[in-house]
Amino acid sequence: MPSLSYVAAVNRALRDEMARDERVCVLGEDVSQGITGLTKGLADVYGTGRVVDMPLSEQAFTSLATGAAIAGQRPVVEFQIPSLLYLVFEQIANQAHKFSLMTGGQASVPVTYLFPGSGSRSGMAGQHSDHPYSLLAHVGIKTAVPATPSDAYGLLLSAIREPDPVAVFAPTLLMGASEEIDDGDLEAVPLGSARVCREGTDVTVVAVGHLVPIALQVAAALAGEASIEVIDPRTVYPVDWETLGKSITRTGRLVVIDDSNRMCGFGSEIAATAVEEFGLTVPPVRLSRPDGAVIPYALNLDHALLPDAGGLVGAIRAVLR
Amino acid sequence: MRLIREFEEHCLEKALTGTIVGGIHPYIGQEAVAVGVSAHLRTDDVITSTHRGHGHVLAKGADPKRALAELYGASTGLNRGRGGSMHAADVGLGIYGANGIVGAGAPIAVGAAWAARRAGHDDRVAVAFFGDGALSQGVVLEAFNMAALWSLPVLFVCENNGYATSLPVDRGLAGDPVRRAAGFGLTAAAVDGMDVEAVAEAAGRAVAACRAGAGPHFLECATYRFHGHHTVEHLMGTKYRDDDEVAGARARDPLTRQRARLAPEAADAVDAEIAALIAEAEAFASSSPGSDPRDALDYLYAGTVPARPGA
Ligand SMILES: Cc1ncc(C[n+]2csc(CCOP(=O)(O)OP(=O)(O)O)c2C)c(N)n1
Repeated sequence: MPSLSYVAAVNRALRDEMARDERVCVLGEDVSQGITGLTKGLADVYGTGRVVDMPLSEQAFTSLATGAAIAGQRPVVEFQIPSLLYLVFEQIANQAHKFSLMTGGQASVPVTYLFPGSGSRSGMAGQHSDHPYSLLAHVGIKTAVPATPSDAYGLLLSAIREPDPVAVFAPTLLMGASEEIDDGDLEAVPLGSARVCREGTDVTVVAVGHLVPIALQVAAALAGEASIEVIDPRTVYPVDWETLGKSITRTGRLVVIDDSNRMCGFGSEIAATAVEEFGLTVPPVRLSRPDGAVIPYALNLDHALLPDAGGLVGAIRAVLR
Repeated sequence: MRLIREFEEHCLEKALTGTIVGGIHPYIGQEAVAVGVSAHLRTDDVITSTHRGHGHVLAKGADPKRALAELYGASTGLNRGRGGSMHAADVGLGIYGANGIVGAGAPIAVGAAWAARRAGHDDRVAVAFFGDGALSQGVVLEAFNMAALWSLPVLFVCENNGYATSLPVDRGLAGDPVRRAAGFGLTAAAVDGMDVEAVAEAAGRAVAACRAGAGPHFLECATYRFHGHHTVEHLMGTKYRDDDEVAGARARDPLTRQRARLAPEAADAVDAEIAALIAEAEAFASSSPGSDPRDALDYLYAGTVPARPGA
């Protein structure tokens, strides 16, 4: 079977949507060259009028996309570094997101924000290692963190077709991943639909992004000890509570692993809702970065702060006890 | 101008008595800018406005009845009661909204102009209104750069009313606005913003040049607001302008100046027409139904998301 890489899947989604819909355009820094890989070759096909290199003005080009979207375009904005979200939080959270409600539904803002290389970049230190999807979920921006190439393709397609602003985070540790899949099998993945990646009866593990393959490895390794269900929510907002709830209610045990800071992070929300609504038999366990973490430069310090397979094994054993 | 003036006088009264919640940022004194510029705009042109947006929104053609209803929080309002004074919008008329964040509209206007070009509407213009305070916002300068870089049909209108809240412009702004804009490659000029004919003439030239593909323009309009920054200002007892200064500006009231140019009967006819419009707007707004609190988050998304209640 042919193999599809994560980066190629994103690229393919952009290419297909640009072919399907004339209004789709790509804006960002160095996008005509495709420096991050995601937009490589698109300018050759669609020209630099649709794959537009922006000046280094994140705030202005984020709101340029808002204005263009209200005026009928479907811009995809690429940010080279996920922490640039802090620069443009005003433009996304305060302008684009609020436009529909504030105008009483007169218009919406169909912009897609792409954040490649999200999470620790191994040695890129404090300002290049954040994975800030929880912030957007908190605000209510539809936010996807695809864990596989086919999900990257399918979620990006849905993001672009969505009438509202949607953010898509591509985790660093997945950008080199590939999957055996036929191009013909690629399809749109609806926002708000979780994927049960492995079925099990004893514990539900909810894992996000690059932690999904890690959770699957752990589940396989512990197969003799326990039957572990692994669920990838795929979008951290909206959350597919139905799929999560069914699983958690059945197993009665929950471990959630995500690469957010602990305080007010995505994992906290899953744990809280599970406690409130899903009839847990033992308290849930959350694995995350520490509160307010800033990733240090030295690799051993960087890795020490990230949730990992070892921690997940311990957490699963803790809820089984 | 008379419509904006009367509308705002009415709003001032209603803000002080609490019918309008949240207060307003009165535009009174600055009417010549919105009117002089909008005189050259078509429905398919786009504007972005400021926290002081009533004048721009009305001048671009919004229905005063629905504008007032919006301020009353009614479901018949421009924004169905979800926007209020600071977000009043009528997207169908190219009014992309007043905006509560200083300078935020400028890049949105650039985006609208860029989209118009992409869609082949080369003669569509986008106008970004903002105050002198906004010239210190990075995003406005970024917007200048992008508009100039791509020679987009954007008219940036700086309403220099001398103050950013209480900060006098000479304590907030280095250099000169026109030269600053020219430095980005915008065709820039200054005009007496208390004279609607002068604004209209300068804006007419700028808008025509934008339509003809001459790239972005910048117009600094020297103006003045007769009232406080916001209607709560008088409650705070804030005072940062002396009475002579305000009186001097009132002596240059753009309405008085324009009236002197009209035949008295014509001016009287306008006054009568506006008085009727305001009475009609008040009747409409005050008899309009409010909204159901259960629908408070309607319109949050265009696509559906099942929101969980907070409590
Ligand atoms: C980015 C930002 N900073 C501060 C404020 C608070 N604020 C609202 S209006 C205003 C003054 C704006 O002055 P100017 O741009 O000159 O416009 P004017 O009020 O004179 O019309 C300030 C500081 C804000 N809304 N947005």
